Amino acid sequence: MWEYTDKVKEHFLNPRNVGEIENPDGVAEVGSLACGDALKLTFKLDENKRIKDAKFKTFGCASAIASSSALTEMIKGMTVDEALKVSNQDIAQYLGGLPDEKMHCSVMGQQALEKAVENYRGAPALEAGAKIICECFGVTDKEIERAIRENNLSTVEDVTNYTKAGGGCGNCQDAIAQILERVKAETTTIARPKLTNLQKIRLIEETIEREIRPSLKQDGGDIAVIDIIGNRVIVATRGACATCNASGITLKNFVEHRLKELVSQDIIVEEASK
Amino acid sequence: MKTIYMDNNATTKVADEVLEAMLPYFTRLYGNPSSMHTFGGQVGQRIHDAREQVALLLGAMPEEIVFTSCGTESDNSAIRSALMTRPDKKHIVISRVEHPAIRTLCSHLSTQGYKITELPVDKNGILDLENLEKSLTPDTAIVSLMWGNNETGVIFPVEEAARMAHDKGIIFHTDAVQSTGKIPINMKNNVIDMLSISGHKLHAPKGIGVLYIRRGTKFSPFLIGGHQEKGRRGGTENAAGIAGLGKACELAAKNMEKENTHVRSLRDKLERGLLSRISHSRVNGDIQNRLPNTTNISFEFVEGEAILLLMNELGICASSGSACTSGSLQPSHVLRAMGVPFTMAHGSIRFSLSVYNTEEEVDFVIEKMPAIIERLRGMSPFWTQTQQTCTNQ
Repeated sequence: MWEYTDKVKEHFLNPRNVGEIENPDGVAEVGSLACGDALKLTFKLDENKRIKDAKFKTFGCASAIASSSALTEMIKGMTVDEALKVSNQDIAQYLGGLPDEKMHCSVMGQQALEKAVENYRGAPALEAGAKIICECFGVTDKEIERAIRENNLSTVEDVTNYTKAGGGCGNCQDAIAQILERVKAETTTIARPKLTNLQKIRLIEETIEREIRPSLKQDGGDIAVIDIIGNRVIVATRGACATCNASGITLKNFVEHRLKELVSQDIIVEEASK
Repeated sequence: MKTIYMDNNATTKVADEVLEAMLPYFTRLYGNPSSMHTFGGQVGQRIHDAREQVALLLGAMPEEIVFTSCGTESDNSAIRSALMTRPDKKHIVISRVEHPAIRTLCSHLSTQGYKITELPVDKNGILDLENLEKSLTPDTAIVSLMWGNNETGVIFPVEEAARMAHDKGIIFHTDAVQSTGKIPINMKNNVIDMLSISGHKLHAPKGIGVLYIRRGTKFSPFLIGGHQEKGRRGGTENAAGIAGLGKACELAAKNMEKENTHVRSLRDKLERGLLSRISHSRVNGDIQNRLPNTTNISFEFVEGEAILLLMNELGICASSGSACTSGSLQPSHVLRAMGVPFTMAHGSIRFSLSVYNTEEEVDFVIEKMPAIIERLRGMSPFWTQTQQTCTNQ
């Protein structure tokens, strides 16, 4: 049995604002029958551009219904800009908290709100540049990133609890792990102190392994790190690169360029004497 | 508020007679059954009697009964024993609808070099024995198929399946946790090697189970310790639980007919009543080959957890195969294996009755359920759309 707060139970048993507004200013549907929960949100603005009325229809469990009910109560009287600031945390907090496994219900409310506002403004349904990561539940990379940032999530399981992504077939769990790393890296890059020598050496090796060697190999070439002295990276060319007249250009324009970009602007790549 | 308990596949009420049979072993008769003195020895005598009571219900011999702590322990012991006694064989055959006690164990074993075949079921939850035949290989150590399904009540032809396995020299185990006490079982008429029972599903308390091990079956214990249960399960006996289970088996034998007449007719009345009063509802699982106490009904366009919580407000207890009730995001593996559409599976409710249910209770549930489903459908964004489509047609 779930441990729902009294407020969740109360909003489930006596949901506010059930229904659909005729000729709404904003409307959105998120989720699907297959997902196990879905929400249709409609709202209407008054002459001062404040939300006069909001109604919902929800298919889902008690916490999905309670989250929808809470959301409609919270946004009444707000401008759309104010409403957009309502986060899933705010919805959960309004209800006195939700079980971890049910946080996605509050995220669904926040997503519906965002989409309904987009609809009101005539913006596209899919966030610009967003890509579906979880096919089962139709969750985009942007949504996952937002949930990670706002809730400070650290594991794939957390992401699943909050967004449902990865909770179906599980095929996208690697992709979610990558997003987690990326978002974490963003936050750490900003605060990252200068690299130590050892860190720099490791990063150079990793970058060559991941970013450089695969491309060279495609053309039948290869590269090996011979030594790293300060910012000088001494490499030897192999395979097709070793006999190629243009290998010097490759080293400067490609290898050095990538290392400057990904490790440090001060990197200089040199070819070892044959 | 009165509780209307229709969740007997989850657990059952301890029968008054069972509790009475147990009480002395919590109070006066606290001796250790292995002790040399009469004070402990009399407890050993009660365990001996209980073993006979269990054997009688199963048509087994008392020495074939090993007391365990629960159905899960019995299942684990059976599978692990088969693998230990046949170390050269690395293949296990189960079905896609087995209880987690089997499925999770097997998926764990699959990471340790064992190969698992999960047999499919059809849309009614029925197993095709031809698939079983095809799955058996010289490398197969054990076949484990449940007798009655906990979610749908669908009965597997385990006696035929056991013969098939035996013809190829393969051990056969069945999880009979749901079927024991609900349909007649006679181990004299089959070749099943091992069978699991759980006490709390037949009006004994939680914490007591049985593994039936056919005489002559090689066995390797799971719990290794003292000489208890002839060395087949170490650990001081749960004397009170064993006394209770003995009594519960005696009662089950007595109630077997009532289970198949009275309980069956209550279940049928409930099912008919709900299907006829609530549109877009259907039964999951084969209607013929089914335990007499179970019905699994899907109410389309609404979600199971919400249904259960509204039922809970009226004191009605049942279960759901919906994703939300389990904390996972996918509905029940049993319903998915049967190909029940997600839209139906999310709104599935399992009612499981017992001899303690009454006609009044069934009438009450039939009376209250339509309003619950209607209330949730009134909130569902899919419902009006469907209604409109239906009227348009």
